[in-house]
Amino acid sequence: MTVSFMLNGTAATWMGPPVTRLSAALRDDLGLTGTKVGCEAGDCGACTVLLDGRQVCSCLVAMGQVEGCAVETVEGLAADDGTLARLQKSFLAHGAAQCGICTPGMLMAAEELLRKVSRPGRGEVEDALGGVLCRCTGYAKIVDAVVAAADPTAIVTPSAGAAVGARLVRVDGHAKVTGLDVFGADGVPPDALWIRVVRAPHARGRFTLGDMTPLRRRLAAVLTAADVPFNGFGIYPDIKDQPVLADGIVRYRGEAVVALVGEHATVLSIRDDEVPIDWAPEPPVMGIDAATAADAPLIQADKPKNLLLEGGVRHGDATAAFAGCAAVAEGVFETVFVEHAYIEPEAGWAQRVGDRIEIHVTTQTPYMDRDEIANVMQLKPENVRIVPTACGGGFGGKLDLSVQPLVAVAAWLLKRTVACVYTRPESMAASTKRHPARISAKFGCDATGRLLACDVTATFDTGAYASWGPTVANRVPVHAMGPYVVPHVRTRGEAYFTNGPPAGAFRGFGVPQAAIAHEAMMDELADKLGIDRLEFRHRNALRTGDTTATGQVLAHSAGLAQCLEALRPHWRRTQDEVVAFNENGGMRRRGVGIGCMWYGIGNTSMSNPSCIRIGLSPDGTLTLYNGAVDIGQGSNTILTQIAADALGLPAAQFALVSGDTDLTADAGKTSASRQTFVSGRAAEGAGRDLRQQILRLANAGPDAELSLDGARLTVHEAGEVRVIDLATIGSLTGEGRFDPPTTPLDANGQGIPYATYAFAAQMAEVEVDIELGTVRVLRIVAAHDVGRAINPTLVEGQIEGGIAQGLGLALMEEFLPGRTENLHDYLIPTFGDVPEIECILIEDREPLGPSGAKGVGEPGLVATAPAILGAIHHATGVRARRVPLLPHRLREAIVGLKGTGA
Amino acid sequence: MGEYIRPSRLEEALSALARPHTVLAGGTDFYPARVGRTIDEDIVDVTAIDALRGISATAAGWRLGATTSWRALIEADLPPLFDGLKQAAREVGGRQIQNSGTLAGNLCNASPAADGVPGLLALGAEVEIASREVIRRVPLERFITGLRRTDLRPGELVVALHVARPTHPARSAFLKLGARRYLVISIAMAAATLEVAEGRVAAARVAVGACSAVAQRLVALEAALVGAPLDRSLADRVDPTHLGPLAPIDDLRGSADYRRQSVLVLLRRLLAGLAP
Repeated sequence: MTVSFMLNGTAATWMGPPVTRLSAALRDDLGLTGTKVGCEAGDCGACTVLLDGRQVCSCLVAMGQVEGCAVETVEGLAADDGTLARLQKSFLAHGAAQCGICTPGMLMAAEELLRKVSRPGRGEVEDALGGVLCRCTGYAKIVDAVVAAADPTAIVTPSAGAAVGARLVRVDGHAKVTGLDVFGADGVPPDALWIRVVRAPHARGRFTLGDMTPLRRRLAAVLTAADVPFNGFGIYPDIKDQPVLADGIVRYRGEAVVALVGEHATVLSIRDDEVPIDWAPEPPVMGIDAATAADAPLIQADKPKNLLLEGGVRHGDATAAFAGCAAVAEGVFETVFVEHAYIEPEAGWAQRVGDRIEIHVTTQTPYMDRDEIANVMQLKPENVRIVPTACGGGFGGKLDLSVQPLVAVAAWLLKRTVACVYTRPESMAASTKRHPARISAKFGCDATGRLLACDVTATFDTGAYASWGPTVANRVPVHAMGPYVVPHVRTRGEAYFTNGPPAGAFRGFGVPQAAIAHEAMMDELADKLGIDRLEFRHRNALRTGDTTATGQVLAHSAGLAQCLEALRPHWRRTQDEVVAFNENGGMRRRGVGIGCMWYGIGNTSMSNPSCIRIGLSPDGTLTLYNGAVDIGQGSNTILTQIAADALGLPAAQFALVSGDTDLTADAGKTSASRQTFVSGRAAEGAGRDLRQQILRLANAGPDAELSLDGARLTVHEAGEVRVIDLATIGSLTGEGRFDPPTTPLDANGQGIPYATYAFAAQMAEVEVDIELGTVRVLRIVAAHDVGRAINPTLVEGQIEGGIAQGLGLALMEEFLPGRTENLHDYLIPTFGDVPEIECILIEDREPLGPSGAKGVGEPGLVATAPAILGAIHHATGVRARRVPLLPHRLREAIVGLKGTGA
Repeated sequence: MGEYIRPSRLEEALSALARPHTVLAGGTDFYPARVGRTIDEDIVDVTAIDALRGISATAAGWRLGATTSWRALIEADLPPLFDGLKQAAREVGGRQIQNSGTLAGNLCNASPAADGVPGLLALGAEVEIASREVIRRVPLERFITGLRRTDLRPGELVVALHVARPTHPARSAFLKLGARRYLVISIAMAAATLEVAEGRVAAARVAVGACSAVAQRLVALEAALVGAPLDRSLADRVDPTHLGPLAPIDDLRGSADYRRQSVLVLLRRLLAGLAP
């Protein structure tokens, strides 16, 4: 069928099956990949376009219905000459786009509103944009941008030497607000073959494959375990336990079994039940209790007791110290599988180039991908090239392999370009999750409220495969006592295999789960002694000069006490307001809570170096060769700002090459909040190195000022001007490396696990509907010691986005295999759920960091759930022992309190 | 590849339905059920049929065309009788879903948690159904017959909903309970329409959704409301024994007990809110 319609103001025709989704026609046939696909189910709104002026999910519109209509997409917002619309400029200026995958949908939803109301209120914006989910921003800056869209926007363009600390617009922002950014599914060559993966419908079982010959006649290939040269991958060099394609055994629902490779329509037309797989399901081992039962079947034959790993920290004598405590608090806290729910599902494509394989993929870690694919393919690492696409959110979930080995094996064997894009249910079933935890905590203090002892055991469900389980089990014991001085510490972490989805890396590596426990203990001890909850924490806060439980002296930058002091006036005022509100009686009660956190930046006691290069070409092109992948958090911009000031040229003069393993050096993975601190230091080093070379060429001193105009590089010093003609001197390259200084932890967990730590304290005010058990978070004030805010807008964006995820962890997010594999049964916070957030940036400089900066990627969410749960306790008397605290659970607990007369 | 037709006349659609076809309208339930696979069934797209669209006043009351979108309902000039249904419309998905999703689609999908059903039950809506042979009307209570099941027979299509003009001035309201603000499947919901004469409830219709396989009218509560003064004491008329028709289940959104308790709370608040 031919469909004629107006597309962004121009007559368009399209031919194809009329039941084709509008989103697919736009992306696959009309070349407009600015419209993103996040779920194909109307749950996420990423594909929002205007149809006759009204916002619709283009994944829910049949092309047959588009006949004679006007369709407007993100590509139509800017003027024909490329001038951005005010709304787009406002998004840039306010930092409303992070990863950018939801941005086109947000812009189109806002466009519908702004045509009716040019100066909308915040409530109108939330109602109008409420159908679009964002997992990065926490929505605050999007609301700001739409509210202010009618106003002219001021774009900051710092001069040389003034980039650090400036609210520089994201250097990659233009592509994100115009729909031109190329994400994992956006750049697939038209001649590509496609993979559809057939996945395990059972969490545990055995299978045999039948005769694939009939299927092979319809397809280019049917790949099974036998086709994978080395059929195991995993984060740790000695644990390659996860098969690319299962080999006769499946260990979790959603595990990849068979890969169908063929024309796109063909692979989509083959149903799972047409693929001859003979299943023998077995009862799955679900949860920690099942995995640790005496007669538990082994998930992996070579892992006795289903134990992946255990470890801990011992300092002083906790047992003896408890005997001398004036107050002791104890509790067991449980968390569940939590899904990353990045709006961009896993996606990528590969092509064989001679004896090399090239993979374009959405990833957080190009160099780890390269080495892992080399191992799977049994190629040399240099014969694998990873070209990261824009990454539509990661949060730890795109640190593990997904499509990479599948497209690589298929492209290698078939010598064809092969693509794979996960569906939303597939993404949710197959990908890693946050570790469910059971944390038993006991804390004690003296009569003045000084902490004396703690004993914490954190037991984790690591799912079917190791993934980042060891990282979680190692990091948590170091953090489990909280950001406090505790002289006598015993902490343990242990992780067990189950038939759950592989639990991997998720923003915080287990520390958010542990923080729920230690902060509940702080509240209880403070309450027992009648000490204000904030003051109790302030009394015990780790400060510069203190020694941690691993024996590390914090020489610098331990700003928790300053964070708490910054919260103090808000805390006192809110307590008064809460009391006044609650005096009115009624079914709504308010409470205020506080949560503190610390977080070691970078890998735990392991080398994690970064190398950054800056090139200055003979034509004067200044390029940051940045191997640190920006997954939305802003490292492209942060590193440019750091490099610019170290070099002494304006940030605006930098071009960017990002992530490509052929073009950039290894800057490590985007995880552990390490890119600003580690890669930032490397970028600073690269800038200084290049500056040194230039100053030497000009025979100038360290205070000389540089300016660059084409190939003319001018060096000004004390009234003297020297001009370097770059065309005559060839290319210059500055290089910087940094590996944060750490030491291994000994058998008692003693050593220097991290070079520096981030600290934060957050305050949450909530309103609980006592009768329904629903919670509305009214306000969060977040004070974060970031060392130095390289770009305050981006720092706030990380904190606000982290808070939204922390709110989800506390109140609504629970992944249940087979039951919540979509974005309407699995709930993440929407526009209406994230409250007003006030960020307070504490800058207690870290001398090791670039310009004193530390990391802030993960800290944003760690303190949030504890603050919210503390506020709920304040409002209701209910201490949550299990999250998420869904309405029915909170209501049951409220009823339970009344039942006991408490 | 299946057949796809998009007729502009109702008769064409009904002729096509003489053979099994899937009916496509707003697509908000159709496409989510077909994620990641080729769509190869035969389809009648009814969105080009003008006769199925729009809201009009009739002598007896109002006719709501089957493919009227939730947004069109929200924007329609309607008396306070429809306030509850409009509140429900604002809770259907996000704006995108409200712009695309249709009234009849919500009924035909027959989800226990369909946001539109309690409000329409509280309006006493009737469903007009056409086939090539006959046009018939069924009260909404009898149209949705079970979980994902309706009274629609082969060859039939929902054409419109009809709401009768109330005898007395009427007001209505709707409340939804969910675990987040937007885009949320109801844990429970309640809708009520009250006709008022001389400051007292002259007639009442109350319905509850997401607490049984099909949303239910609470006839005993309705009876208890008739004659009551229209003030906040209406809430006191709600009694747990009124929930007889409900059969809530435990699921990931809430427990059966929680639903039963919450419905009482919702009903009390709903009725208190209907007082001036």
